[in-house]
Amino acid sequence: MTDDQGYDLSQFKATYFEECAELLATAEETIARLQDGMAGDDDLNAVFRCVHSIKGGAGAFAFDDLVHFAHVFETALDALRSGRAELSPQVADILVRGTDVLGDFVRAAQDGSTLEADHGSDVLAHLNALIGGGAPVAAKPAAAKPAAPAAAPVTHAVWRIVFTPRPGMLRTGNDPLLMIRELETLGTLTIQADTAHLPALGDMDPAESYLSWTFTLVTDKGRAAIDEVFEFVAGDSADVGIEPAGEEGEGWGLFEAAPAAAPAPPSGGEEGDGWGLFEPAPAAAPSAAPQAAAPKPATAPTAAQQAAGGGTGVHTASIRVDLDKIDRLVNMVGELVITQAMLGQQASGFTVESHPELIQGLQELSHHTRELQESVMAIRAQPVKALFSKAPRLVRDLSSKLAKQAKLVMSGENTEVDKTVIEQLSDPMTHLIRNALDHGIETPEERMAVGKPAEGTIHLGAEHRSGRIIIEITDDGRGINRARVLEKAIEKGLVERGQQLTDEQIDMLIFAPGFSTAAEVSDVSGRGVGMDVVRKNIQDVGGRVVVQSTPGAGSRFILSLPLTLAVMDGMLVAVGNERYVLPLTNIVESFRPTAQQARSLVDVGDVLTLRGQYIRLLPLHGIFGIRGAITDVTRGLVVVVETEGGDRIGLLVDELLGQQQVVIKSLDSNYRPVEGISAATILGDGRVALILDVSALRHMAGLAAEAAMAAQ
Amino acid sequence: MQSPAGTDGVQQFISFTIGDEEYGVDIMAIREIKGWTATTELPNTPTYLRGVINLRGAIIPIFDLRARFEGRLTEASARHVIIVVAVSDRVIGILVDAVADIITVSSADIQPVPELERNEHASFLTGLVTVDGRMVALLDLHHLFDLDLASHATGVAA
Repeated sequence: MTDDQGYDLSQFKATYFEECAELLATAEETIARLQDGMAGDDDLNAVFRCVHSIKGGAGAFAFDDLVHFAHVFETALDALRSGRAELSPQVADILVRGTDVLGDFVRAAQDGSTLEADHGSDVLAHLNALIGGGAPVAAKPAAAKPAAPAAAPVTHAVWRIVFTPRPGMLRTGNDPLLMIRELETLGTLTIQADTAHLPALGDMDPAESYLSWTFTLVTDKGRAAIDEVFEFVAGDSADVGIEPAGEEGEGWGLFEAAPAAAPAPPSGGEEGDGWGLFEPAPAAAPSAAPQAAAPKPATAPTAAQQAAGGGTGVHTASIRVDLDKIDRLVNMVGELVITQAMLGQQASGFTVESHPELIQGLQELSHHTRELQESVMAIRAQPVKALFSKAPRLVRDLSSKLAKQAKLVMSGENTEVDKTVIEQLSDPMTHLIRNALDHGIETPEERMAVGKPAEGTIHLGAEHRSGRIIIEITDDGRGINRARVLEKAIEKGLVERGQQLTDEQIDMLIFAPGFSTAAEVSDVSGRGVGMDVVRKNIQDVGGRVVVQSTPGAGSRFILSLPLTLAVMDGMLVAVGNERYVLPLTNIVESFRPTAQQARSLVDVGDVLTLRGQYIRLLPLHGIFGIRGAITDVTRGLVVVVETEGGDRIGLLVDELLGQQQVVIKSLDSNYRPVEGISAATILGDGRVALILDVSALRHMAGLAAEAAMAAQ
Repeated sequence: MQSPAGTDGVQQFISFTIGDEEYGVDIMAIREIKGWTATTELPNTPTYLRGVINLRGAIIPIFDLRARFEGRLTEASARHVIIVVAVSDRVIGILVDAVADIITVSSADIQPVPELERNEHASFLTGLVTVDGRMVALLDLHHLFDLDLASHATGVAA
């Protein structure tokens, strides 16, 4: 390659072309999805970012032809995503051809060859038409501006700084004006003030700062110089988000810290005024992120991150790693956790006084082990978006098949969870969505008749709650028809006639194996293998599924799963000679009851009063038949645990041995599941301890009580 | 392996003893042989399931063969032996008194279990061989632990 700009550029070029190849592949893939009618704003944005990144780099290397074409392409995409042009199958075809031509230009640039002058002109014409009346979109060299620093080894970097004083900043003697002046000395400064939070004059407190600012600073000074300006206020009395808008490398970590300020790619038409997109200067607090750069509020943080990565020509500093390698790492960390626990146990006889260094060293080891383990888990964590992205199509396809109208609302797509959990969730989620559409949502006529909007709504949400991930699938359909469910259950012999069941118990019958109320077996659902499979899949990974239903108003399925299938925090308890692990997330408190607190009721068994409330007492030794355990409640210890359903029960154990992190090992990989036990773990001394399944224990105790009653 | 099944169908077994009885297990199924270590009991499981142990990070169940056959628990000590075997895709341990021998027999020498002996045991005996005047009963571990390893098995306390 002829390179008159110096030898060191060739290396950047090589990186650039590698990136181009990836970006083109991504663009192609995404456009294919658009062709399939899976169009979403995200997809258009993704294509846009790809093209924009290619353009950015091309500008830096002065591949003018490439820049020109990419620019038109990008502008057309912008028109599409902003709704100025409509995405039809024909348009999608043009996008495919556009990608091909773009690829030609990239290859030409790479080989240093020249394409015919009119190469791709037909596509160009189509694209221009899309932009709207073929508006003259001569390739402004503007793209080079944000992109220039992307690859050039030196020169001016563009920084975007979002500065939001917190209440009281002025009172601490910090004057924004001084900071702005100081910024000005660093380079060329563009300032936008956000006056959105200005109160009416009468309500204004003169000692408060209601303004916030977005600065665009072009400087050859480094990040440190900017940091220095805000040294006295950042994080303290003001929120300051600083990030490179055109500098390579440093971007990543920052965006996560301050997603609000993530730059959206300057779109073609707006390049003149630079950062117009940022006008609504999103009060830099991360919580304000959703209204920032991305067009779709719910997906803002990730979209903004990606925009930041792609839009400014920064290549995402990521590598693809074989999952096996990560698994090996996870296993190794698991072993390390065990070894660390063992060391801790061995050293429990030493005191800080006698062995200060040893104790301190062990504490640090435990610290680092935990951090290492969290980092490793974070590698495997993925947003549930990958899972949710299947849902829209499913809903669309099914609703047309079933002649129903339904829209899908999603939330929490960026909730992260271990990859293995995501894999386990896929089938159950599909089943539940199918079920919601097939059994839940009524036909438009039925809906209208009961005064509901013709279009049903299915809500798919994800969130973290107390160390677990909760996936909720809610529909506003007819709810569970309890009378019919009960009738069916009796018919199938699942329930005996005359048996009294609560509404919740009836609802849970739909998870019984072989249960299906669909009058006819459809190809959508109703094979009677759906819901019990859902429950089994979820339970297999230590999760639970609960259904809440209101007749006429809809149903809500709540899936609750552990965030990771590998490690958890547990409390080691002793019962007789056995030791068990109670998941820390289940534990509410523990206490030693007095004789007054313990009562025995004829029908229920033992109960405890705790601050005026009655809770069920389950002696673990009784349920598990453990010999040599403390049977006297007042001499043992009661651990109050909460089940997923929110019930509290008291487990009687001998004593608490301490809290520790445990590596979860499956029992059924070499044996089979054991009731009341969710998994096993290995303790510091190499012995196996069983992890208790609180909800299952409650269930077992319930059965035991019923059996006892029946026997009477 | 020095003598895989040849034209004459030669097979190798590891034989072990439980009391006076000698049993053989296909050598190909055996993963390792280790001394007895204390197990962690699993609640509400048959008594012949002694519990689980940690085998280099894997949790494996240990079955007491004496208890399985005679209903009487082995009084396990350091002299007792756990034979770790693969059964289908599982790895399990069986507790026996001692490992006796490696025996090589040709298929022709394996005699069927006599009809009269067909009791509860017989279904997991694949045959009998005589080695140096001792009778060795060949075990089919798949059959023996089928129910225990099936996920739907119900724990029947003995």
